[in-house]
Amino acid sequence: MSEPAIRLVSDEISTGERPSGLLALEIEGLTKTFRKDSKDKNVKPSGIRKLLPKAKTLSRVVDSVSFSVKPGEVFGVLGPNGSGKSTLIRIISTLLLPDEGVARVFGHDVMKEPDTVRRMLSRVSADAAFFRRLSAMENLIHTARLYSIPQKTAIERIKMILERLEMSGEKLETPMLHLSRGMQQKVAITRAFIILPDLLLLDEPTTGLDPKSKREVQKFIRELKERDGSTVLLTTHDMEEAEVLCDRIAILNSGKIVAIDTPSGLKERYGGESGSLETVFFALAGKTLEELEEDGE
Amino acid sequence: MMSLVMRRTAAIYAFAERQFILTKRYMVWEIVYVLYSLANVLAIGFMGAGVQNLMGSKANTQHLILYLLTGSLLWGYLAVIFWEISNIISWERWEGTIEYTFMAPVSRATHIFGVCTYAVIYSLIRTAIMLAIVALFFHLDMAKANLWGAFVVLSVANFSFIGLGTVVAVLPLISPEKGSQMTGIVEGVLLLVSGIYYDISVLPHWMQSISMLSPATYALQGMRRALLNGDSVTQLWNVIWPLIVIGAILVPLGLFVFGKAEVYCKKTGKLKRNG
Repeated sequence: MSEPAIRLVSDEISTGERPSGLLALEIEGLTKTFRKDSKDKNVKPSGIRKLLPKAKTLSRVVDSVSFSVKPGEVFGVLGPNGSGKSTLIRIISTLLLPDEGVARVFGHDVMKEPDTVRRMLSRVSADAAFFRRLSAMENLIHTARLYSIPQKTAIERIKMILERLEMSGEKLETPMLHLSRGMQQKVAITRAFIILPDLLLLDEPTTGLDPKSKREVQKFIRELKERDGSTVLLTTHDMEEAEVLCDRIAILNSGKIVAIDTPSGLKERYGGESGSLETVFFALAGKTLEELEEDGE
Repeated sequence: MMSLVMRRTAAIYAFAERQFILTKRYMVWEIVYVLYSLANVLAIGFMGAGVQNLMGSKANTQHLILYLLTGSLLWGYLAVIFWEISNIISWERWEGTIEYTFMAPVSRATHIFGVCTYAVIYSLIRTAIMLAIVALFFHLDMAKANLWGAFVVLSVANFSFIGLGTVVAVLPLISPEKGSQMTGIVEGVLLLVSGIYYDISVLPHWMQSISMLSPATYALQGMRRALLNGDSVTQLWNVIWPLIVIGAILVPLGLFVFGKAEVYCKKTGKLKRNG
């Protein structure tokens, strides 16, 4: 396979201008609590109580999470639904403010220097959000303009990224609502790479994709790691995906990190007789397969 | 390296361009909306024309028609600017793109200004089309009109409505379901107290006090005096300065309130897709 015309990392990274030894991502004691409606189904308000605000309970979604990611590393966060993976990604993306703790992207504090951080990272979520009546190209050019990328440069990057994602350029003029889920996700990935991010946040990027699209996206992430040296934070609950793509994996359960290691290290320590990552996951998530299925896994 | 000004200009253009493409993509809706608004304006014009027959008195029908049409067209113009800002926030919440807009390295002032730039241009074109059609139905006597004075009043009024729209856009930001309806309520109150179709002197005293706070009150008074009486900019100063003051308060207030609401949403996790 030939080398890509453009490396999908920022100029500072590709030219080595980013100070060496600087961590791509540092998370220290990150905590986030939400107020949620009380789930006690036995208590049903009656009379005037129905008009009163619902009782709220505090739910600690991210609990004193600390870890770091080195430049060029693909770091996986594995956990069941509701374990706090997306909340963690949203905090790093400057979309959520934590209650406690610090998050730094290449040394820049996410809370104190959000504008600098925003120029350095991109995010792809499971739910590809676009203006659905706008074409893929219109959505992508809009993003490029917000990041002050000239249209000509943006179009070159879009075509190159889509080529690597094995998506036909003809689909670029099609409104997003007429594209398949897999194609929408490829456009979402393209949107993330137009800006050549220093850090890519992939929040369950293959959830809901058909097997072919899933394989294509996974192949692209693998190439990012091998050819571009991109730094990726990947959340998933797909054990196989985590094992194939990630250099290291953190297991998140009920907002807490319960283990961090390489896939082989985790399997050695927690894999039991089967030695599989699946066994590690069930052991550390503290739930049986049936319980996870009930949660919507 | 691209200067800050160039970056902001590119972002403003990006938001304005996106709004333009959305208008094109929903053209059928636009046509329906313009036709409905046109029917409303014409109905109000005919109401003025019918007063003489109804009352049997010799009312100044031409004056009345122009009075009502000025109110109706100006309200249509200002309401679009006001509505456009909160509407795009609702839309972005429904589509889920608000998270990507907020993740972009663009200040909120640039974001809002980009949306408003398109809203002003769109509303001007829309109102001009409606005025041209309305002029075919009524023989509007504009001999005395001071168009420059009307333009100055309209230009200054834009800022107040941009500010007001930004304050109200907080509602759909916090709750896309309830926020849009609440925006409608604010618009209804403005319609009631600002003297769109009547002089505010007919309102109860307490409502007149509220009308003094509405920028639409001064915009309407100024436009009518410029178009019906031909008042000069100097004569219109007593409506222009309140509009400048209200705009100077509402634009920064809007950005401040929106900023606070954004922080609230980021603390409570309300930016997640909701639709």
